[in-house]
Amino acid sequence: MARRTFEVYRGTAADGKLENYDVEVEPGMVVLDAIFRIQAGESPDLAVRWNCKAGKCGSCGCEINGRPKLSCMTRISDYPDGESITVTPMKAFPIIKDLVTDVSQNYRANKKIPQFRPRPKDAEDGWRMYQFEVDKAQEMRKCIECFLCQDVCHVLRSHGKHEEFAGPAYMVRTAAFSMNPIDTVDRIEFLKETGGIGYCNITKCCTEVCPEHITITDNAIIPLKERVVDRYYDPIKALVRLVRRGGKNG
Amino acid sequence: MEIRERYDHDVLVIGAGGAGLRAAIAAQEEGLSVGLVCKSLLGKAHTVMAEGGIAAALGVVRDEDNWRVHFRDTMRGGKGLNDYRMAQIHATEAPDRVREMEGWGALFDRTDDGRMNQRPFGGHTYARLAHVGDRTGLELIRTLQDHAVHEGADVYMECTIVKLFAVDGRVAGALGYWRPTGEFVLFRARSIVLATGGIGKAWKVTSNSWEYSGDGMAMAYDLGAELLGLEFVQFHPTGMVWPPSVRGTLVTEGVRGEGGILTNSEGERFMFRYVPEMFQGDYAETEDEADRWVGGDRVNNRRPPELLTRDVVAKAITAEVEAGRGSPHGGAFLDIAAKRSPEYIKKKLPSMYHQFKELAEVDITAQAMEVGPTTHYVMGGIKVHPETAETAVPGLYAAGEVAAGLHGGNRLGGNSLSDLVVFGKRAGEAAAKSATAAELAEISESDLETAITESLAPFQRQGGHNPFEVQEQLQRVMQDKVGIARTAEGLQEAIEDVRGLRGSLKACSVSGDRAYNPGWNTWLDLRSLLLVSEAVAISALGREETRGAHTRIDFPETDPEQQKNNTLVTEEDGRMVARKDPIPVVPEDLQTLIKEGV
Ligand SMILES: Cc1cc2nc3c(=O)[nH]c(=O)nc-3n(C[C@H](O)[C@H](O)[C@H](O)COP(=O)(O)OP(=O)(O)OC[C@H]3O[C@@H](n4cnc5c(N)ncnc54)[C@H](O)[C@@H]3O)c2cc1C
Ligand code: SF4
Ligand code: SF4
Ligand code: FES
Repeated sequence: MARRTFEVYRGTAADGKLENYDVEVEPGMVVLDAIFRIQAGESPDLAVRWNCKAGKCGSCGCEINGRPKLSCMTRISDYPDGESITVTPMKAFPIIKDLVTDVSQNYRANKKIPQFRPRPKDAEDGWRMYQFEVDKAQEMRKCIECFLCQDVCHVLRSHGKHEEFAGPAYMVRTAAFSMNPIDTVDRIEFLKETGGIGYCNITKCCTEVCPEHITITDNAIIPLKERVVDRYYDPIKALVRLVRRGGKNG
Repeated sequence: MEIRERYDHDVLVIGAGGAGLRAAIAAQEEGLSVGLVCKSLLGKAHTVMAEGGIAAALGVVRDEDNWRVHFRDTMRGGKGLNDYRMAQIHATEAPDRVREMEGWGALFDRTDDGRMNQRPFGGHTYARLAHVGDRTGLELIRTLQDHAVHEGADVYMECTIVKLFAVDGRVAGALGYWRPTGEFVLFRARSIVLATGGIGKAWKVTSNSWEYSGDGMAMAYDLGAELLGLEFVQFHPTGMVWPPSVRGTLVTEGVRGEGGILTNSEGERFMFRYVPEMFQGDYAETEDEADRWVGGDRVNNRRPPELLTRDVVAKAITAEVEAGRGSPHGGAFLDIAAKRSPEYIKKKLPSMYHQFKELAEVDITAQAMEVGPTTHYVMGGIKVHPETAETAVPGLYAAGEVAAGLHGGNRLGGNSLSDLVVFGKRAGEAAAKSATAAELAEISESDLETAITESLAPFQRQGGHNPFEVQEQLQRVMQDKVGIARTAEGLQEAIEDVRGLRGSLKACSVSGDRAYNPGWNTWLDLRSLLLVSEAVAISALGREETRGAHTRIDFPETDPEQQKNNTLVTEEDGRMVARKDPIPVVPEDLQTLIKEGV
């Protein structure tokens, strides 16, 4: 059986360092399995978040060799034999302990998004929507809230604009509501002001790390930016639209 | 011992999966203040992992479907042990509970005429499961979570409740600790809803997460609630079997619902040989007939035997493996590529596609999967009133997987998600109603102090066992002796083993401090898990027959006499005992419905 070395961040925000662990690995193991082995052996107090261990809940986000990843979906064999693997907490958020960070700002950002409100029912048993109409919103609703895109986005990671910019994950959430064919709520002012969509300069780093393969930039942020531009920077278009559609265009 | 934080609410909901969220929404609608507590971050409960769909007789795909057919399927699937009233309420109310979620933003997959699509699942007569590809649970939990939060629920996340308190016989509060800091927090409430989910972490091969340690059941039991039907633990027939690190991870029944077939090492589609007498005539008898059904002609053909109930399929796979016809890693082959195009598979089962590709290097659009049984769900749980979800403890309610009654001896796929929203709502409403008539009560400081001291005990010791070792030993005992096939001898041994492990738990020590310390957290969870494991084993020992998910090698037949009772575990004179609890008699009209069809 092979052994691999893991360098795992141990400590709090104030004080911590990379600790070396020598772990026995079997074929098929993922990085989270190695963390479990460390817990079951020398360090039962090694802190990590996880739930589903199948890429579905978005709990286990961290950085593996500096890349934002789900540790439950990252196979150890993806990294060349003989090299050690570093596992560190997401950098964009304050560390609580070891691999666990304080992600509460994401929940706060989510709460600020204007709530979904449907149009009146189309029939007694609900609404009529066609698959082609819901496809786009369904792409956005695949988001598992792993926060990896938030972690990689330089606006949050390097510039710490957590209060000014909701971040890519919440652009995705806003898009999920606004692309719902029966939604009636205008979220344009939110996007421009509270959501801070202007901070995004379309580097597409978020799309690259999304484990759900959501095309965050092209399918969520750019269309939302266009709506904001239409409203605020093209008065004639905005006026025409307002008259024609009676308000809803968020 | 200090408690720095104390919160008061009208209704406290413990657990933020589908059941807890739906209960919170219902209680909020009554204008009450609601606190919602969960062990993990919000949105990460088991509900998020549900894949295949939510069962409701919407009658969209087949307009012959209605609550009567759904009721009948649920009762037959439960092998007669269900609480008929719960099954009736569930079948009747599920359609409205599913539809109302569209109004809160849920987007289910559509039919060609723009309505909610439904897919076939095991044990359901008609295509009945509303779904979103194979990530239905995610859609459900996000919808409910956004709705609850925007409507004003106070959410306390990464907060684990360790003990419930009653004052003058009525539930009065809950003591918890914050995972990030290890500091204690007290919640007082006029009524409490438990929605803490199941117990699957007690087995080695499982689709369940660390959260499933049976806390709700153990805490309610300590307060005098009764545990019903715990011998019925569902082993889902299709978990991954390879590689070892993902053994147990779920493969949705949706794969079979979409046409996937099960074969053995000889290439035989063996399920045709395993149709039980009760279901004779309901399933296709030839591969051609099954293929025509998968091809779309569902009126003139019967569904494939792969869609038999989970207990039947799990036992069939086990029997094939034991007969030497297993797959290389000890399972059966599940093949969807043989029946559907790669595009179809990627569209309908996207997360299965990724799961196998990334974790097992198997491309399910071209190759068969290897699958075998995995611990999945517990039908048993806290006994509740069928209409209000109240437990034996006044003011304490239970809904979702933590409660018992609806599913009897075996749960049909898709009937859990619908259970959550139907009974979550009812529990929330009933809790709200009784809260308005109750007062907040003072919880004795010395009781709180005792609970805190007990919780911190392992920090006082040094050089004891690592809690993770005890957990692993428990998982081995339950897997080997209280697993899919049981004997009196094994169960007796298991009871002794579990009691022994309770001793080991008392000798555990933990290192480090209280802040985010998985060793300590696991130690606390194990207190519940050991209690519930013992209850499962003594329940299983008492049922001397084979029925539904409970298989006794020493009693291989189903005994009609034993259909009259459920098993009830209670505390008597400080000891855990199992006794028989008569099953409510099904009214005549419903009996005819179950026997003769609609
Ligand atoms: C992989 C998988 C796939 C599934 N697929 C389907 C499907 O397709 N269809 C279907 O109908 N069913 C399915 N099920 C079953 C179904 O998902 C679960 O039974 C259901 O989600 C349970 O919901 P719940 O609300 O009862 O509990 P959960 O969603 O598990 O929530 C429990 C909550 O209680 C909290 N909690 C627990 N203990 C404590 C404590 N001590 N203190 C504070 N909080 C606590 C947890 O943090 C969590 O928030 C599936 C299950 C799994 C595991
Ligand atoms: S595209 Fe925008 S949101 Fe995404 S990482 Fe770049 S700046 Fe951030
Ligand atoms: S958009 Fe993708 S990367 Fe961002 S939180 Fe959602 S799933 Fe994670
Ligand atoms: S543990 Fe759920 S995504 Fe990794």
